[in-house]
Amino acid sequence: MSNYPLLSLAIWIPIVVGFLVLATGNDRNAPMARTLALLGAITGFLITIPLWTGFDPANGGMQFVELSGWIPRFNINYHLGVDGISMLFVILNAFITIIVVAAGWEVIENKVAQYNAAFLIMSGLMNGIFTSLDGILFYVFFEASLIPLYLIIGVWGGPNRVYAAFKFFLYTLFGSLLFLVAQMYLFFQSNGSFSILEWHKLPIDLGAQIWIFLAFLIAFAVKVPMWPVHTWLPDAHVEAPTGGSIVLAAIGLKLGAYGFLRFSLPIVPDAAHELSSLVVALSLIAVVYIGFVALVQADMKKLVAYSSIAHMGFVTLGFFMFSALGIEGALVQMISHGFVSGAMFFCIGVMYDRVHSRQIADYGGVVNTMPKFAALFMLFSMANAGLPATSGFVGEFMVILAAVKFNFWVAFAAATSLIVGAAYTLWMYKRVIFGDVANKHVAELSDINGREFAILGVLAICTLWMGLYPEPFTQVMHASVNDLLRHVAISKIQ
Amino acid sequence: MEMQKLYLLVPLAPLVGAIIAGLFCRVIPRWLAHTATIAGVATAFVASLLIFQDVLAGNTFNGTVYTWMTSGDYTFEVGFLIDTLTATMMLVVTFVSLMVHIYTIGYMQEDPGYNRFFSYISLFTFSMLMLVMANNFMQLFFGWEAVGLVSYLLIGFWYTRPTAIFANMKAFLVNRVGDFGFILGIGLVLAHFGSLDYATVFKQAPDLANVTINIWGDAQWSLMTVTCICLFIGAMGKSAQVPLHVWLPDSMEGPTPISALIHAATMVTAGIFMVSRMSPLFELSTTALSFVIVIGAITALFMGFLGIIQNDIKRVVAYSTLSQLGYMTVALGASAYSVAIFHLMTHAFFKALLFLAAGSVIIGMHHDQDIRNMGGLRKYMPITWITSLIGSLALIGTPFLAGFYSKDSIIEAVALSTIPGSGFAYFAVMAGVFVTAFYSFRMYFLVFHGEERFGKADDAHHHEHDGDHDDEEAAHDHHHGLAPGQKPHETPWVVTLPLVLLAIPSVVIGYIAIEPMVFGDYFKNVIFIDHHAHPAMEQLAHHFHGAAAMGVHALTTLPFFLALSGVVLSWFFYMKRPDIPAAIQRRFSAVNTLLENNYYFDKINEFVLAGGARVLGTAFWRGGDQAVIDGIMVNGSAKLVGWVASISRLFQTGFVYHYAFTMIIGLFVLMTLWINRA
Repeated sequence: MSNYPLLSLAIWIPIVVGFLVLATGNDRNAPMARTLALLGAITGFLITIPLWTGFDPANGGMQFVELSGWIPRFNINYHLGVDGISMLFVILNAFITIIVVAAGWEVIENKVAQYNAAFLIMSGLMNGIFTSLDGILFYVFFEASLIPLYLIIGVWGGPNRVYAAFKFFLYTLFGSLLFLVAQMYLFFQSNGSFSILEWHKLPIDLGAQIWIFLAFLIAFAVKVPMWPVHTWLPDAHVEAPTGGSIVLAAIGLKLGAYGFLRFSLPIVPDAAHELSSLVVALSLIAVVYIGFVALVQADMKKLVAYSSIAHMGFVTLGFFMFSALGIEGALVQMISHGFVSGAMFFCIGVMYDRVHSRQIADYGGVVNTMPKFAALFMLFSMANAGLPATSGFVGEFMVILAAVKFNFWVAFAAATSLIVGAAYTLWMYKRVIFGDVANKHVAELSDINGREFAILGVLAICTLWMGLYPEPFTQVMHASVNDLLRHVAISKIQ
Repeated sequence: MEMQKLYLLVPLAPLVGAIIAGLFCRVIPRWLAHTATIAGVATAFVASLLIFQDVLAGNTFNGTVYTWMTSGDYTFEVGFLIDTLTATMMLVVTFVSLMVHIYTIGYMQEDPGYNRFFSYISLFTFSMLMLVMANNFMQLFFGWEAVGLVSYLLIGFWYTRPTAIFANMKAFLVNRVGDFGFILGIGLVLAHFGSLDYATVFKQAPDLANVTINIWGDAQWSLMTVTCICLFIGAMGKSAQVPLHVWLPDSMEGPTPISALIHAATMVTAGIFMVSRMSPLFELSTTALSFVIVIGAITALFMGFLGIIQNDIKRVVAYSTLSQLGYMTVALGASAYSVAIFHLMTHAFFKALLFLAAGSVIIGMHHDQDIRNMGGLRKYMPITWITSLIGSLALIGTPFLAGFYSKDSIIEAVALSTIPGSGFAYFAVMAGVFVTAFYSFRMYFLVFHGEERFGKADDAHHHEHDGDHDDEEAAHDHHHGLAPGQKPHETPWVVTLPLVLLAIPSVVIGYIAIEPMVFGDYFKNVIFIDHHAHPAMEQLAHHFHGAAAMGVHALTTLPFFLALSGVVLSWFFYMKRPDIPAAIQRRFSAVNTLLENNYYFDKINEFVLAGGARVLGTAFWRGGDQAVIDGIMVNGSAKLVGWVASISRLFQTGFVYHYAFTMIIGLFVLMTLWINRA
């Protein structure tokens, strides 16, 4: 298996299929566009499976490496590889692509080919981000992936989509420009290398490290998003179509967090230690402050968007405690959040497709007309609130335990999400699902169909699997995370 | 090997039943749902009996089922610890659960959610078994939260009732406050012991007894004290100790069978079980034990008072449960762990009995729960009457019945305890005896004796719920009451059989079990007591001369007379002179108002905590996100860019002569500067 360039296939199959879908043209060929897109997504997913089955968990370095020249003049290479940190995200990304293509199946009737093509191309580009080992290659994928999502929000979005799309685009573009500047500096410092792995070994003095760290921080913090650069996310989610929200939450938010592990920690470890309390503080604000903000939201999508920010707070918190439990907990949280927030946004989409409202006040008593949906939505709500036996618990549990060792009061603040997270999720669930049938729209609801049931069912299985037996997920991380921690512990100041 | 399969069978059998009844609840017939779940629980019960026998023969087990996760240096496992404590809990849980399953056939027969209900209670049984069988803190927490989930689902079982869906959310959130403490406690254990495995942790505990940690400023805190108090906060949530008790009375919104199973016999005792399990840790911190005993004493006494003024039959039993949980907690604080478990067991039987009997009364009364509308039911419901009497006598501690042995042992242990707070606790549990007898027999007399007050049309619709109006047309409306002239009727055998089967242990289990369980070697290697620091149990053993002698001796002691006077006074007040309690209520209206508002806990939580959280959320959102971040920073910088652009745009008019003019001006300025420089 390893003879095949699996990573290239994981990147280019979705992109090529995406262009083929685009070629089907206008909406008369919509059924063909959908079928082709689904086949492409499934193929893209199947091709990533050998990454896990063929992965050597004892090897902390890069695996499935591909290296060839790209722009020799600047020593820019087409250099791909995955380790225990990135491998699962490639698979998650390919998996979520199937979900979003299926999620838009009957719902999107306008510019079907373009819609599906955008998702497939974005999927390939994001695989590029997770697998790039060359700074410029990473940057190209990082920036290029903005475009499909920008279009998805801007074309298929809600009434205020243009504001949201611009806000999203400018916010993230602003961040990544600083990232480019930092890369340039590293290029010159390393005597003309764009290899990320070379940069990991590059000695840098503390002053420069701090600046590079801050540049990285701004770029990645916008993407995660961390407080206070998070306000684009609720707007983007509210305006995005369901599929856009799913991808944005499940994969989009992981790109920034991944950047911290691939760039910030190993390239500028001293600055990371120096400024860790800043990141920890911002993470805790995300957990506590955003939790309260989520509590008072009247729009379901905004509520889940804010809850995503709070959950991502656990991720950045986990990274900057510099312990294996914390980092692995953060990684588990990232994968789990992919399943759970994806499912939450899909559930809201299911209701939106029927009632055309996301306001909590427009619902009530949905369980009476949609019992199957209510049961599945309950599972995901509980996962969102971090209930044991669901994936939502595992990451939070690990990060909180790691935090107690790190500092009791950090853990204290983080653990408040046990209460606040349950409060905003269950309060929403109560108002939307429980009670008597609130109005005639709810009375006319039909329960989920086979397609919706299949999507939620698959996500439910993933959520429970990861909650009941997370060992397969953490097992592949150990070697890479331990290598990273050993690396980060060594000072790069000379 | 053979036994290990049996261990697995105990939790898995109810799980399979729950899955069958749950996943296919819309497809399968009712008989299949209850047969599958009852078969599952019955299997678990029989297996528990076999395991109990095996444990009595001296075979204990501590092993891993599977490795849940590894991370860093830590291994998290799912595993079983089978010893006498576990075996006792397994028997209690599976037996009460089996009774409740059978009872449910009768109680829920008209409910459209029949299959779903069976699925939930079997799922609960599974979760509770995983909790008690755990051999590590992680799995304990799993079971802990899972029983909370099922409790949430069951309190909100009638999901169209506004009160029910409020109560279930409240229950979940209040429990989460407890879990917040609990998870920090678990974190401290992992951070300082490096493992979550009970055996590993307990072995290291004595070495860490004097370790201090720096929590705030320079103050040094004993690690054990902080850890134990954090863990106990978890127990306070689950076992409904003041001030985290507020969810339990509201949980009565759920169907009565689960009030018996979850909110009386098993789940709420999880906290008591947990602290007993952690005795090697708690014994190392007298401060934590003091905290425990004071919280328990407050709960035992003050929740008992609230039982006196309730008119909803289930709420009387609920407050009685709170008070009894307080007794158990007091026993824990007095280092009398075995006595706490003993009371947990006897209480499970007689309180499940009382709840199920209350449910039987509710069926007989056609879902009227107000004891003011009852009276004289003994004629119509003889089995319910007798079993209720047995349950009430056991509860108030009548000598030779189950509750007597456990409650009297608690009182004795507290009397002998020397830790700070035990004096107050002794007063509280002593006064509690009188209060318990008074409210229990107030209810008993009002329900089964005296004038028949039912079947009066004018008051057939009333149910004690703070001002809500349940919609009568709801599918599962349960508030009809008896029509005028209609008589209550005895319930079918599926309802009365569990009553009888629970009445038997309510009478005999104390007499049988006290000697081995409290004073024998039963818990020898399970519960650890530092006899030097906390000598109460050791001294108590000296006073014990057999169960019979204890019963006889009790007839001359203070608790017996307190209980007796409670019964007599309630008879006098409610059977002879009902005008007196009414006059007292008027005379002391301030006290009455305080009690009727449950000491204002709910109001304070509602306004200060829930309201405060919403205000804070709105402030962060409107003020922080929208005004400052979006308003000033994001849109502000966008506006700044726009403003700069709008200024610079002024220069780009598109007219050639403007540009030419500007160029000429510029040229002049440059030339002037150049000339001046030269």
